Formats: sequence, structure tokens, C-alpha cells
Amino acid sequence: MARYGMAIDLSACVGCAACAVACKLENEVPPGVSRLWIRLEESGRFPELHMQYRPEQCLQCEAPPCVPVCPTGASHVTSDGLVLVDVEKCIACGACIAACPYGARYFDPRGFVSKCTFCEHRLSQGRLPACVETCPTLCRTFGDLDDPHSEVSQAIRAAERVDVLKPELGTRPKVVYLNAPAGFGLRSMGVPR
Amino acid sequence: MRMERRRFLKLSAASVGALMLAPAAGALRLPERLARAPKTWYQGDVSTVLTTCGNCFWACGVRAYVEGGRVWKVDGGEANPFSRGRLCARGQGSVAQTYDPDRLKRPLIRVEGSQRGDGRYREASWDEALGVVASGMLAIKDSYGSESVAFFGHGGGASWFGDYLAAAWATPNVGDPSAALCTSPRETASQWTFGRAIGGHEPVDWANADYVVLLGHHIGEDTHNSQLQDFSLARKRGAKLVVVDPRFSVAASKADRWLPIKPGTDTALLLAWLHVLVTENRYDAAYLAAHAVGLDELAAHVRPFSPEWAGPITDLDPADIRAVARELAAHAPRAVLPPGRHTVWYGNDTQRLRALFLVNALLGNYGVEGGFYLAQAPSVADYPHPDFPLVPASGGCSAAAERAAPSARVTAIRSITANHRQSVDTGRFFADTTAIQELIPAMITGEPYRIAGLIDYGTNLFHSIPDVARTKQALQALDLYVAIDVLPMDHVMWADVILPEATYLERYDDLLEIAHRSPVIELRQPAVEPMWDSKPGWWIARELGLRLGLERYFAWPDIESYLDTRLRAIGSSLEQAKGLGTLQQAGRPYLADWEKDGPSPFGTPSGKIELYSRTFADAGFDPLPRYEPPKEPPEGYYRLLYGRSPVHTFARTQNNWVLMEMHGGNAVWLNASEARRLGLRSGDYVWLENEQRVREGPVAVFATERLRFDCVYLVHGFGHRSPNMRIANGRGASDTALMSRYRLDPISGGAGMHVTFVRLVPGAPRPRLPRLARLARRKA
Repeated sequence: MARYGMAIDLSACVGCAACAVACKLENEVPPGVSRLWIRLEESGRFPELHMQYRPEQCLQCEAPPCVPVCPTGASHVTSDGLVLVDVEKCIACGACIAACPYGARYFDPRGFVSKCTFCEHRLSQGRLPACVETCPTLCRTFGDLDDPHSEVSQAIRAAERVDVLKPELGTRPKVVYLNAPAGFGLRSMGVPR
Repeated sequence: MRMERRRFLKLSAASVGALMLAPAAGALRLPERLARAPKTWYQGDVSTVLTTCGNCFWACGVRAYVEGGRVWKVDGGEANPFSRGRLCARGQGSVAQTYDPDRLKRPLIRVEGSQRGDGRYREASWDEALGVVASGMLAIKDSYGSESVAFFGHGGGASWFGDYLAAAWATPNVGDPSAALCTSPRETASQWTFGRAIGGHEPVDWANADYVVLLGHHIGEDTHNSQLQDFSLARKRGAKLVVVDPRFSVAASKADRWLPIKPGTDTALLLAWLHVLVTENRYDAAYLAAHAVGLDELAAHVRPFSPEWAGPITDLDPADIRAVARELAAHAPRAVLPPGRHTVWYGNDTQRLRALFLVNALLGNYGVEGGFYLAQAPSVADYPHPDFPLVPASGGCSAAAERAAPSARVTAIRSITANHRQSVDTGRFFADTTAIQELIPAMITGEPYRIAGLIDYGTNLFHSIPDVARTKQALQALDLYVAIDVLPMDHVMWADVILPEATYLERYDDLLEIAHRSPVIELRQPAVEPMWDSKPGWWIARELGLRLGLERYFAWPDIESYLDTRLRAIGSSLEQAKGLGTLQQAGRPYLADWEKDGPSPFGTPSGKIELYSRTFADAGFDPLPRYEPPKEPPEGYYRLLYGRSPVHTFARTQNNWVLMEMHGGNAVWLNASEARRLGLRSGDYVWLENEQRVREGPVAVFATERLRFDCVYLVHGFGHRSPNMRIANGRGASDTALMSRYRLDPISGGAGMHVTFVRLVPGAPRPRLPRLARLARRKA
């Protein structure tokens, strides 16, 4: 039993997309859809500028709006707190896609709904999610949020600032963003890359 | 429950046809039956192969996961100093190139009677294709001599051609784009300042640096894996970062201070920093007394170049200029100005890099923790072979050669070539590498002698060498043009014979020997068999050698025994290297290591760091760097600047579906105020037109605050015009296509490419392109 979570340090991320490509191939995500994407935020006037690359994916919410709307029980929460889709129960009705406020879910053309799993299959082998393992800026940390010694807990404690996307919705995401620039924070609008 | 779900599906299925007509409901493609969880590669019997990435030239270690005879995924090699268990997007995406259905599959011979560039080919056997190449080369040798065949090469397997086959064949005309089209100025400047190369893996001691100044160095957009890791770790440690760039680059967005300099004025800024360090006595006098010559001349030279002088030139505040110089000094010797990589800008680039190295020298950081460490090449003997008639000097940024004593090396090359004509650029430049673009005129004019044949391995002739019209004219003038490549690139489809190479995941290469703080030897080994009828570079070179009567140089029966022999000579074996992937030798990274037991590490004529270069003075060049104002753009034109995408390698990866999903085309960046003045908005399509009326595009406008008003910016590598590369074709614009001229750096032979001016011509049509996802779904 763990409460898996991920922290992404925005002061380190350069938007290089290594995570997004690793995710595609690790999980055989088909062309045209994605589990992980990167948003670019720019603001200010030359030469007083701010810029932020923000990787986004399923936030593995503690109160996931996508689970109660599922008519078949395909969308479920595991004992480790992972929000997953049981493909064999999924009827691709799309209710969960409509319910997710973060746009994290998609139709897989093979006939089911899919999304980030925190690379559950790697976790069971004691490995990190593919995006965390490969990141060349070391901006991602992962682990058990209930374990104060886990890398992710330590990173969150050391951060100057911790944000989640759309906190007002009460979804309690377990993917958090560290060190967003002061006075800039997380903007919800932006140019997806 | 089961019944209910089936019924639900049946009802839904009835409405599918109607739903499919509405595009908005396109996502509701319902399955005819319940989906079964697809079997994934990682549920199978997965084996791991350790090899070396080939999707750029940083040479990261790779763990390739193979299941069912196919590579599905790669991760970074853990015990490799360039990957440290991680990979960039290009490495992660490299698998998609192996299974690209557009790959060259079989040897091709240009249809008789067709012109180069018509793109009309017939398939041929390897035996026939290699026979045509060999007889063409032998005919040129009979008419003009072996030197009249040139070899261009870039990338993993290039050594088999440019270093090995060309040496056995006896031609010195071997060019690598990564020298004169990239690093020549910094290598030449470093050679004649420190007497050492920078080399392919910049020896910047990031782990100990506390203050870093980047000039036009796009770390973050340029994702050299361990360099990006080091950059990130240094910032995490609290190292201060200053970025000098006309564009708010990704690195600038991470900087403590961004200096949006006027393009082309960097040397003035560097001279002002030298001025502050000298006039305020902020240099490391003890270090310079021990290791350098020429301080008095330098001090006198930089006296006029104050920050107040540089301010109006660079469009920067003199107070900022002075502050950075003082901060540099305060952090010295743990303060460093890395040289950057693509250094061919304005044609006076060796002098700019000299100025940059002089600032570093005054900080006392060369060979010192937190500055530059001293990289050394590994020592690995050649496979025993008869002496080559000559040793070409293609060089390039990934060249392993440790050039501690350049003059000795150059002399050696010249003595070996005594029986042969020297390369057509010999004697013109200080670089000890060939200036690839200066070989092109000899193909057209026959001066100083004719180059009649070209064997091109992976050098994109139309996307790397400026003045494409001249290159095409040269190709038309050749007797023989052979392309060895993986994809039907624009320039490949001009060749007389096209030889399809295996991708890095399908082949052995020669050992990769990389200069580093602990010298690195890496193995590239196949994870899977080559697709279709493609072959590894070593096989192609060897088979050509046998047909050229050079069998005495190819005595090894197969590649495994070649590699095993080389590895056993250093106490290892192929078996061991296959299990480890990477071997490292002991190095001497700091001056203190050299002082204990060894000669001077500085391979300059004086054996010291040369602040003042007598050699340059004797050759008629400035012995100390001088600022030369760049030509200003004419009214209505902007200076064309260009850079990198973190997911692409030059023009090599634009047919890779997964990388193109991340970045599928470029836009022309234009300052937002300028865009308003021109009535252009982001997303509008324009043509780019240079002063010679060459047009490129259509390309979308990106109106942004992130760029100065006097330049436009393109990411390099897009704008392929090759219908056989279905994904790359027609997406974005090529910066190289607009470079009708370049400005030659007379010291290094580098081709300065920041000298193109373009205007934006509105009203271009939006290109109609097939959807990427549809193209990506095609099977290999």
C-alpha cells in the first residue's frame, strides 16, 4: 500500500519532450493521441519576460471525477491510489473523458479509453515511470507521498512553492508542480506544444 | 451484467454509422465487441541489449529492449557518462526511425538517361550497385588520380568511409560538416590559445562551476543529454547563470540575468569584459604568470574597450556589462564561459572565440575545478593493417583525436601525403580539419584540381552546406555521386547510386573513442537484424574496398573479430564490451594532475596559454581579437538567425513520426511589435525572401516578445522537399535554402551563416498536408 505521487520542478523543466516521447513508446500510445503533453506559457513584454514549460498528464487525483461517472466500473482506484482503466470492462462511452477537467483521457482506436497509469507495470518491477526515469533535467521525482523519506516527499518539502492545477475543483491531484515562478504561478491558458 | 453490457453495445453499435458522419463525434468510434486488453511488448520475453545511441552524436549509452525480434523501447545506459540512465527525446524516439516505412530498402541505381535530381531509380542487387561504384571510382583514379574522389561523412558509421576507406584509397579530400559548418572556429581558437581541442564533448566542469555565462548557446533547445543534466544540476546547486542572446531562449528563461544583445556584437561585449578584468586588476595574476604569455600585450590592447564603448554597440547597459565582469571575477576560478557548439556566425568567428577563451584564461579557470577540465582521448590501437598511403583530416566535433600537439599532427599528415596531392583546401586555414564547403568549388572549376567523384555518407548536402544552388551545380558536374543513407533525403535522390544503410539499432560500428575527463570507449552493437536489404556501414565499406583492390587493408574476416582484436589490445574483449557497453580509462583532468608527472598540457608553440598569438601575427591576422561591426540589414530586411529543436537532430529526424508529433514544423519568429507594424499575426503564412530573391516557404509567422526587432528566427532542419519522405515533405521552411552566401572565416575555414537577410512576403498559401497521425499509422 502506497500513495504514489509525482512532483515536477518547473524551474528545471525545459520542455524538451523526452518524457512525452518515452511515454509514447513505453505504453504504445497510438499516433494522434497522448498521455503526456507539454504546455508553454509566455508572458511579459520584451525584455521583461517569463516563460514556463509545463508537462501535463493524468494527475492521479485523490478525488477523481472520472471514476464515479463510469457506468461499468472500468475506471477504478487501486489500493496504491492509482486511477486506472480496466480495458476489459470499458465500453468506451466517454463519460470519464467528459468528466476529467484536465483533458487527460483519450479514446484509444483499439476501442477503449486510456490515460497515464504512472507506468504501473514498471512500478511492480520496482522501476520508475518512464517519464521520470528518462528526464534529462531531473525535474521529475516520484514515490510514496505517505513516506516522508521518499524522493518525492523530500522534493516537495524542499520546494519554495507547490501548486496543483485547478485546486478550486477539489480533485486533490497527486501530480504537483514545484517552484512555479512567483507572481506567475500556473496559468491554465496557454499554447499546447 | 455480461448480458447487459452486450446489449448496451449492440444499441450503441447501431448508431455508429450516423455518428461517424459528424466529425465532432469522431471520437465515439465504438468497438464491435468489448475490447481485450492489447498484449503489450513488456508482457513478452524481453531481452536487453547495451549499445550506443545514433540519433545524434552525443553517443549516449542505450539499453535497447527487444521482444519478438523488434526493438520497442530504449532507455539511457546507466554506466555511461553521457546518458547516466537517461535519454533525450531524440534517443527515446530513435526506435521509430528503424521502423520507418519510408526508409531506403534496397540499393538503387539512377535510370540511364535521367538527370541528377530527376529522382528516377531502379532497384539493383548489392553486387551490381557496388560494382558500379567501384568501376566509377577506378575510372576517376585512372583519369585524375585517387585524390579526385571526395568523401563527405557525418555520424556513426562515417569513420568506415572518411577515416578508413578514404585513407586506404588515398584521398585527402574528406569533409565532415561538423567541422567547418559548426565547430572549426572554436577548435581553431582553442588550439592556438590553449594548444588543446575542445572536442565533441565540451570539457566544461559544470559540477564545480558557480557562475556560468552562455553566449548564443542554446542548452535546453539543444539537448545534449549529460550537458543538459549538468546544466540542470548546476542550477539546482545554486550556480548563477547569465545568458547572452538576441532571443529569449529556453536557457535565457532559466537565467539570473539575460542580456538581449544586438546580433553580431558579441566580440565587443567580450572585449569590454576583458577591459574590466584588466583595468580593475580582477584577473588571476598568479595563474597567468605560471601558465600564460602575452598579458602585457593583451592589457594594452583592451584598454580602449570599456563597457561605455561596448554599450551602444551591443545595445546593452554598460552597468550590466561591468557587473557581469565583476561577478565573473568574484566567482573565479569557478566561473566559466562555455564556447557553445555551432560557432560559425559572422566570418570573424575564430577571433570571437579567441576573445571568449581569453576571458576564461584571465579567470584562471582552464584546467582548474569549476572551469574547463582537460579531456583526453582514449588510447586504443588500430586493427593491424599496412600503413595507409595517407591520413585524411575530416575531423569534426565528434573527432576523438587529442590534438595536444597540433603542429606535430599537421606535419605528420603532410609527410604521409608526400606521394599524393594535398587536399584542395590545404594551406588556406589554421584548422587541422578540412573545410567541407571549400571542396565544392573544385567540383565546378577544377581548381586547384578536379574533384570528380563524391561518396556521401549521411551529410545532408542541401540542409547543411550554404549556397545550395552552387552545391547542385557541383553535383551536376561530377562523374560519380554515391549516397549512403538511411532515408531518401532530398540530396540522396540526386545520387547515381544509393546504398541503404542499417540504422544504429541494427548494426555494429567501429569503437567510439571519445575524449573525456576519463577517456571513453563505447560499443555500438546490433539489437536486431537490419530491416529489408539495408546493410551496416562497415560491410558496405569493406565490400567496396575488396572491389577496389584494397583487400590488404580489410584483412579482418568479420566485424566481430575486428572489434575483438582492438578490444583485446586494451585488455578487454568484445564479449566484455557487449556486457558493459561502455569502457573508461584513467584521465588527468586538472592541471594539478599534469604538474605531478608530465609534459605541459598546452600544445601551443610556446607551451603556454597564448593570450597574444605570434603565429596569427606572422600569418597576417590580428594577434589579439578585434571587434568588426557586422553588415546591417537593408531597409525592410531582418537578419536570419536559426537554432535547434530539442526533439530534432539537424535535418535528420523530420520523418520520425513520434518526434514530429512533438514538433512537426517550424514557424518564423518575428518580434511582436514588428509583426503589428507589418500587419502580420501568428499563424499567418508568408514567404521568406533573401536579397538574391530566393524564396522559401510558405511558413507560418510566430509573433513573439521573445526576439529582438532586428532579426527573425527559424528552427533548423525543416523544409524537406522529398516526396519519398512522406512525413517530412513540405513541413516548415529551410534556413539553409535562404543562405545564398556565407562569409568565410579566413582563420578557421568556417562558413559564417548569420549573414543572411530576409524579408517577409505576405499572402502565402497555407500548405495542404496529409494528417501526421494517418502517415504515422503506416506499417513498416
